[in-house]
Amino acid sequence: MTSQSLTPPVLELRNLVVEFVTRHGTLRALDGISLSIAPGEVLGVVGESGAGKSLTGAAVIGLLEPPGRIASGEVLLAGQRIDHLPMEDLRHIRGKRIGTIFQDPLTSLDPLYRVGEQLIETIRTHLPVSEQEARARAIALLAEVGIPASEKRIDGYPHEFSGGMRQRVVIALALAAEPELIIADEPTTALDVSVQAQIIAVLKKLCRERGTAVMLITHDMGVIAETADRVAVMYAGRVIEIGPVRDVVKSPKHPYAKGLMGSIPALDERPERLLQIEGAMPRLTAIPQGCAFHPRCPHVMPRCHEARPVLEAVGAGQVACFLHEVGQ
Amino acid sequence: MTTKPMVSVTHARKVFDVSQPWLERALSGQDKQMLVAVDDVSFAIKKGETFALVGESGSGKSTVARMVTGLLPATSGTFAIDDVPLDPKHGYPLALRRRLQMIFQDPYASLDPRWRVGQIIAEPMKAFGLARNEDEERVRVSHLLKLVGLDPADAVKFPHQFSGGQRQRIAIARALASDADVIVCDEPTSALDVSVQAQILNLMKDLQRDLSLTLLFISHNLAVVRYMADVIGVMYLGRLVEVARVETLFAQPRHPYTRMLLDAVPDLAMTGRSRQPVQGEVPNPISPPSGCTFHPRCPLANSRCQKEVPLMIDGVACHAVQENRKT
Ligand SMILES: Nc1ncnc2c1ncn2[C@@H]1O[C@H](COP(=O)(O)OP(=O)(O)OP(=O)(O)O)[C@@H](O)[C@H]1O
Ligand SMILES: Nc1ncnc2c1ncn2[C@@H]1O[C@H](COP(=O)(O)OP(=O)(O)O)[C@@H](O)[C@H]1O
Ligand code: SF4
Ligand code: SF4
Ligand SMILES: [Mg+2]
Ligand SMILES: [Mg+2]
Repeated sequence: MTSQSLTPPVLELRNLVVEFVTRHGTLRALDGISLSIAPGEVLGVVGESGAGKSLTGAAVIGLLEPPGRIASGEVLLAGQRIDHLPMEDLRHIRGKRIGTIFQDPLTSLDPLYRVGEQLIETIRTHLPVSEQEARARAIALLAEVGIPASEKRIDGYPHEFSGGMRQRVVIALALAAEPELIIADEPTTALDVSVQAQIIAVLKKLCRERGTAVMLITHDMGVIAETADRVAVMYAGRVIEIGPVRDVVKSPKHPYAKGLMGSIPALDERPERLLQIEGAMPRLTAIPQGCAFHPRCPHVMPRCHEARPVLEAVGAGQVACFLHEVGQ
Repeated sequence: MTTKPMVSVTHARKVFDVSQPWLERALSGQDKQMLVAVDDVSFAIKKGETFALVGESGSGKSTVARMVTGLLPATSGTFAIDDVPLDPKHGYPLALRRRLQMIFQDPYASLDPRWRVGQIIAEPMKAFGLARNEDEERVRVSHLLKLVGLDPADAVKFPHQFSGGQRQRIAIARALASDADVIVCDEPTSALDVSVQAQILNLMKDLQRDLSLTLLFISHNLAVVRYMADVIGVMYLGRLVEVARVETLFAQPRHPYTRMLLDAVPDLAMTGRSRQPVQGEVPNPISPPSGCTFHPRCPLANSRCQKEVPLMIDGVACHAVQENRKT
């Protein structure tokens, strides 16, 4: 699904490095991220907190908070570099070509404006339609995301909506300008499980119908299993495994990905014990040399202390681990 | 039943007054507003078992936990630990208080940042006079730190020097410091990453077995509860809707809400099992639906459900189950 086809990926990251320059020196938060998302594809980005998931999303849309900056590498949207564009151009791309959904709907919605006003404004900024057409579109979109009586609710304020309904409005807003790509950072993390299931279903259905590609960032493997086509697993600012969702979820290859999957309690069985990886994710100030996972890895070898494994093709995916090097 | 329950809760009820201040109410002509956070909740926990409360946000889990521990006065209902009743005015007698401890979700907030870990863990020993002198105290602190997988040398450090999972280990050590045998855990791993959650859940299971602890374990995560619990109580809008042993609940969920919750959990096993789409959201608890409060979301609701609150009979509170009605 990647570079063989003629159409370029919707999104491609090439060796992306993000750094924070602080008093204590330069901290490397993303260390050579390479991945791509094909048109219409949902790429899940998973990992534990601090792995660099949100920074990856923020770097794509030019929303890194200073002193965070892209130190090297490239971000390509439909084959064109966008990482060095001026702020103004990036802001336009953000509304028009890349839609965003965050954990807290109120980061996307202005409490002072009716949801309809916000939708209509987004539609009219990016599409050549009249006020009336925009309103009709907005009502249709709200209905599509599952807001009942949308022709009435369009005139409501964000605080009049429940948490789940607000996140539906945010999805409508993200899709309003018909973007090629949606970046969704923990879109259901704040929601109850029964609401989460509905939001995921809506997001998936609408993006599939429109052929919109999605970068779905979450720490919830269940959400990924249910939604993504491919998954990238992150650890300490690196992608350590990437591949088709079934491979990564059912038979992960990287020792960390294996441990991660085994540590999640399941609904359909009750193991005697959960698989346990000792220790915790390192802090940015103390990322181990070589393979960043080596102090916790049950298979660590002498070379893992010094040399850093890179992503290499294994089966239908890629894994960054010396155990899976060609010829091993 | 031969063994007496270790924890028993009968007809627990908690009503919060959530009215505007008097003056504002007078000006706007509003009535007093009452929120029934917990209503008619009864259950018992056998010694050495884990009873889990699950439910979505606002269903009343924490409120039950706080009433059981005596942290929050109940509006009505009775509570007892090992047959010793909770006195509504004076709480549990001192001898019992030593045996009952609580672990919270947020290991950051529950440990005093100015205290060294050793002092934090020794505090319950001091409070209940369990160590004869400082040497004995130190020995016990070391022992507890080892028990929860930390280093005795950690006693001199401060909480901020530890990760979230390590802080939860400290909270567990403190809970065990007074030789407690009943522990109420409110979302003890919800703030942790899954790999760290696995460490803490495994630790809690080991400790429970080795020390025959009785646990009231609260979580919104059904998979976590499946791993930890012997018996599960499912809550919805302040009421218990189903109580069953863990194997039974997952093999044969009976209440329509339990089934909906199970269907809502993302299918990590990727079995492709068929599931009912989930509908609606939890209503505002200040003005809950009449009758069975689940009726607006329930595929089996009928006119009786809109009027009559179903009673808990044989582990389920549902008219359809009791009428053996499938549609
Ligand atoms: N001190 C209080 N004053 C007013 N209402 C309260 C108070 N404490 C809890 N409530 C209300 O009581 C209900 C039950 O709350 P509780 O905290 O027990 O829920 P919970 O099941 O623990 O939810 P969560 O999963 O979010 O922790 C909620 O509607 C809540 O808003
Ligand atoms: N503004 C910042 N200054 C310094 N470090 C930061 C900043 N923002 C994020 N980081 C660090 O970058 C790493 C990755 O963060 P993030 O992408 O938010 O992780 P995730 O979303 O996977 O939980 C973490 O170690 C985090 O502490
Ligand atoms: S490279 Fe070495 S340390 Fe890293 S995951 Fe593979 S075996 Fe473990
Ligand atoms: S009592 Fe009626 S509405 Fe409530 S769960 Fe049972 S069938 Fe559904
Ligand atoms: Mg994040
Ligand atoms: Mg709670």
